[in-house]
Amino acid sequence: MAFFVFVCAALMILGGAVGVIISQHPVHAALSLILTLFGVAVLYVAQDAHFLAAVQVIVYAGAIVVLFLFVIMLLGVDSAEDLQIEPIPVQRPLAAIVALGIVGVISAAIVQARSTIASGTRSGIDIPTVSGDADGNIRQLARDLFSDHVFAFELTSVLLVVAVVGTVLLARRPDKSGAAS
Amino acid sequence: MIALDPLLIGDLDLGDVLVVLLKVVVVFVVGLVATMLMVWFERKAIAGMQNRIGPNKAGPFGILQTLADGIKLFFKEDLIPAQANRFVFKLAPYLAFVPAFLVWSVIPLGGDFSNGKDGTVKIFGRVTRLQLADPQIGLLLLLALSSVAVYGIMLAGWSSGSKYPLLGSVRASAQMVSYEAALGLSIAAVLLISGTLSTSGIVFAQPSFTRWHVVATGLLPFVIFLIAATAELNRPPFDLVEAEQELVGGFNTEYSSIRFALFFLAEFMNTITMSGVIVTLFFGGPQPVKIGDTTLNLHLGPLNGTVWFLLKLLVFLYIYVWFRATLPRLRYDQLMNLGWKVLIPISLGWFMLLASFRLAQDNGWNRWLVGAVALSVLTAAAGLLLAATRVSARNRQREGTMF
Repeated sequence: MAFFVFVCAALMILGGAVGVIISQHPVHAALSLILTLFGVAVLYVAQDAHFLAAVQVIVYAGAIVVLFLFVIMLLGVDSAEDLQIEPIPVQRPLAAIVALGIVGVISAAIVQARSTIASGTRSGIDIPTVSGDADGNIRQLARDLFSDHVFAFELTSVLLVVAVVGTVLLARRPDKSGAAS
Repeated sequence: MIALDPLLIGDLDLGDVLVVLLKVVVVFVVGLVATMLMVWFERKAIAGMQNRIGPNKAGPFGILQTLADGIKLFFKEDLIPAQANRFVFKLAPYLAFVPAFLVWSVIPLGGDFSNGKDGTVKIFGRVTRLQLADPQIGLLLLLALSSVAVYGIMLAGWSSGSKYPLLGSVRASAQMVSYEAALGLSIAAVLLISGTLSTSGIVFAQPSFTRWHVVATGLLPFVIFLIAATAELNRPPFDLVEAEQELVGGFNTEYSSIRFALFFLAEFMNTITMSGVIVTLFFGGPQPVKIGDTTLNLHLGPLNGTVWFLLKLLVFLYIYVWFRATLPRLRYDQLMNLGWKVLIPISLGWFMLLASFRLAQDNGWNRWLVGAVALSVLTAAAGLLLAATRVSARNRQREGTMF
């Protein structure tokens, strides 16, 4: 059963990922991205990380891709966009190199960790037992986030506030001919 | 997968699967029939309020009118505009329709929660709940689905390849994304009191009237939730999405036949599910009304919970119809001001107040002192916010822009 779920989710993820790259139309690419994100959410559920799955859907599928689509729709980026014209010449070879590098790093990690995964022993990670208490998983996450890592949490929120203020400032910058000072 | 329903973990046999299948079919059929009746109810009730008769030809009291309309829409010619993006145009109605149905799966539709029972029932010798699934992330699933519901409307407007639908869908997505924040914050207030995300747990936490969350959270989160939910549903007075005078028909202008029917169905289905969510979150779901030690018992045995749920649901369905018949539509800037400058700050402040009370209760501090300190801090914050908006309004006026 677990294997079946994994294969389905993996097909969703890979299909979506290929779709993002090969579709001609930006909106179709964004829709394929949603497929990938949902596939990842399914994998989270299969690993009993229900909270992570929900947040994945709410934040990525529900907010970020909506924003992508919003920009595509408002700017009217159409299929007329010519893919042959290269604004920054180095970026395509660079992208290929980086992609190869990432594949290499991930493969190395898998090869290195194979024995640990197979034997099922993980060092340093305390795996909470979630059976019985339905909310145990989420409670544990909340306790970790708001007690041990509260400083990092607050820093992240400060970062977000800075981003918002910066955006407002950039968007409302008075033009040079304007009367505003 | 089935681990989402905590009562079905472990050894499964055919019986368990059949019970789940039965629940799926029942929820689907009940959802469709309820939507059909809701359309009829809305037309009839508004007709009554406007001194008209309303549908009265098909069936007794015109109750089959929606069915007749549905059959007509099925057989109509299916048009796709020449400028449309064909694939997305066909996909969009389903993206609107499916999330509307999925929300049903986490709403407890019945069961006996009285006197500390946990709301499980026995069907064919198997213990289960009268709800399709009871995931531990119940409420988050709800938020996720309401954020996914944006796609249907957004893509429908865009893929039509026409101006007014695009404007309608841009408005719709801006509105839905803005009000989601207020919606989430008022749900957070409920979570603070109930201490669980699962919908059955939330119902379980509201055994008597004073512990219903509408009372326990102090009414304000309920009011904010009601307003934000109306905006999420794009129902009047927040139906700028399909403002006929400005946008012809909004995002669904180019849709006809069964594709339009799916949008229509999704809209009304969303109204029913949102009412169900309000009942579950704030009014104890299938719990009977219990004030002090007296329980209003309907003496219906196992159907008790379901009947109570339906009665409460009907109240909110009527309120939504009532809104539609009474309130004029907001202007776009009024809508955005209400969402960002009124609802979000108030719900955030109220959430903080509830949290400080909770902290005081846990640590045994003096409640009145905590309340006074929290209130003065909140008043100061509100004053600062007011000053900030006033300054920015003055700046905008000096720069000579409207918004």
